[in-house]
Amino acid sequence: MDLSVINPVLFVAGFLVAATPLIFAAIGELIAEKSGVLNLGVEGMMITGAICGFAVAVETGSPLIGFAAAAGGGAALSLLFAFLTQVTLANQVASGLALTLFGLGLSALLGQNYVGIKPPRLGDIDFGPLADIPVLGPVLFTHDIILYLGIALVAATWAVLKFTRAGLVLRAVGESHDAAHALGFKVKRIRTLAIMFGGACAGVGGAYISLIRVPQWTEGMTAGVGWIALALVVFASWKPWRLLLGAYLFGGITQLQLNLQGAGVAIPVEYLAMSPYLITILVLVILSRDKSAAPASLGRIFHASS
Amino acid sequence: MFFGGLLFVALGKDPVAAIRTIFYEPLFGQYAFYYRPQLLVKGAPLVLIAIGLSLGFKAGIWNIGAEGQYIMGALFGAGVGLAFYPYEAWFVFPLMVAAGAFGGWIWAMIPAFLKVRFGTNEILVSLMLVYVAEQFLASMSLGLMKNPEGFGFPGSRNLQQYESAFNADLIEGSGMHWGVVAALIAVIFAYVLLSKHRLGFAIRVTGEAPRAARFSGVNPVRLVLFCMGMSGLLAGLAGMFEVSGPAGQVTIDFNVGYGFTAIIVAFLGRLHPVGILLAGGLMALTYIGGDIAQSQLGLPAAAIQVFQGMLLFFLLALDMLTHYRLRFGTAEVV
Repeated sequence: MDLSVINPVLFVAGFLVAATPLIFAAIGELIAEKSGVLNLGVEGMMITGAICGFAVAVETGSPLIGFAAAAGGGAALSLLFAFLTQVTLANQVASGLALTLFGLGLSALLGQNYVGIKPPRLGDIDFGPLADIPVLGPVLFTHDIILYLGIALVAATWAVLKFTRAGLVLRAVGESHDAAHALGFKVKRIRTLAIMFGGACAGVGGAYISLIRVPQWTEGMTAGVGWIALALVVFASWKPWRLLLGAYLFGGITQLQLNLQGAGVAIPVEYLAMSPYLITILVLVILSRDKSAAPASLGRIFHASS
Repeated sequence: MFFGGLLFVALGKDPVAAIRTIFYEPLFGQYAFYYRPQLLVKGAPLVLIAIGLSLGFKAGIWNIGAEGQYIMGALFGAGVGLAFYPYEAWFVFPLMVAAGAFGGWIWAMIPAFLKVRFGTNEILVSLMLVYVAEQFLASMSLGLMKNPEGFGFPGSRNLQQYESAFNADLIEGSGMHWGVVAALIAVIFAYVLLSKHRLGFAIRVTGEAPRAARFSGVNPVRLVLFCMGMSGLLAGLAGMFEVSGPAGQVTIDFNVGYGFTAIIVAFLGRLHPVGILLAGGLMALTYIGGDIAQSQLGLPAAAIQVFQGMLLFFLLALDMLTHYRLRFGTAEVV
């Protein structure tokens, strides 16, 4: 075992990349949950986004168009969830599970011709001399635009929720849909928009895995990232900045685990690969005591007549 | 089915032929004598797992980690079987059954215990444990349980060649192995439990009105432990019967998603034991039909998965018709 194989600079740069899909998926889910909708279909929307983005990027040769398509694909799938839960008033837990199962199947179907293809690469942003700063340069300034967009998204979400009227309305709908309805807000329309935003974000997160992090397409490649994102929202107690912190923590663990595998540590690979999931459980246990931060109407079905 | 047809058209296949292949061939086609036993083989684990899940789902306890419990059941069961190899005795198989049930039970008890003790979300924990179980399975089939005479290939000894441990067809060639019997017993047991027993009443009340349930003296802690434990136990049994019978050995990719399909089966059967029995048969039919369609029409395997997912969507959407009365033409109040 030789830990000196792990280069700390590359490690930190790597975990920023590993955390980005989580940031996107979790921030989207955070918005949806803030509006009072528990969408368990994150995994399904992510994997659909991953294949939509991958396929379009391969066909057009442009990763950015791929990301746009991923957002579209994720949002389209989430629209299905919105229809089920908002129009036909189906159980949100069951619908979310259905969405994940459906998404996994759909992505496998769409992706069968794309196995083993290399996608076009999205270049890193050129920061000029900034990238040459020792240590900090490679860590902070050698990434692609989507990674920075993720961080900006966290900041934007925080600002919108805290300072704008739109954010206030969203939170009102999530805390008490009856009160929000009485005030004349369109509960269903707001929730549908929130669900679609969540779907688009999850799609981009999925595409980040298939286009940048791996970059390849394999069936079921998101491997539970969507579920970890769900856990992350709980971990962050519905606060954007804490979510960023949590995503980096999980990204760090994933990256560390991969690096340890590479360094030939005496622990079998399978046990190392378990670690992100086990740590997620551990974190859930530690943080589950405080439920007060959850939106009060989370998971409840709204109909104007009741 | 109509949208399923559209799906097949989109894939460039004849929809009528595809649907006919999936739903008709396995039952009445030329080679049906071969496929009919398969129906039992595939249906039994689905029904077993789905029955367990439905108990929890009815009470609003969401165990979606059946896949993991299925794997652990198989590993525990196979572990006991392999430990006895090559000793032949009548008690080996019952011990394996007990070990399989225990494996699934203990794996389900983790999220159950964390839920009652710390209030952790059982959905997330049980799902995380699926990934842990998959890694564990890989490690077992490459390490501890690897066949010493397997020429270095991953995977355990084949239990089909080990008389005492083999879960053989009870009637030769019928596909009727012990798992099928267990599934039928589970259906009857669940039916009696839900309709006649106090505990079944507690499950139903908790699902429909949790507050009322608490007032009527239902102990939520015990209920969570029971429902999770039961579903884990049945999933473990399903895994154990699969590994000792149709699959025969522990391999890396031993699990084929029965644990997740069983979720669809549970909902498709309206969480009712008899409904689940029928839904399990239907799902098994789509699996087998899908296999045939794959070889005959070149229909991709994933198409069947999508088709199953669509079934669930329609079911959820149609639930509105049974739960609410539609009134057309009233003023828009949304």
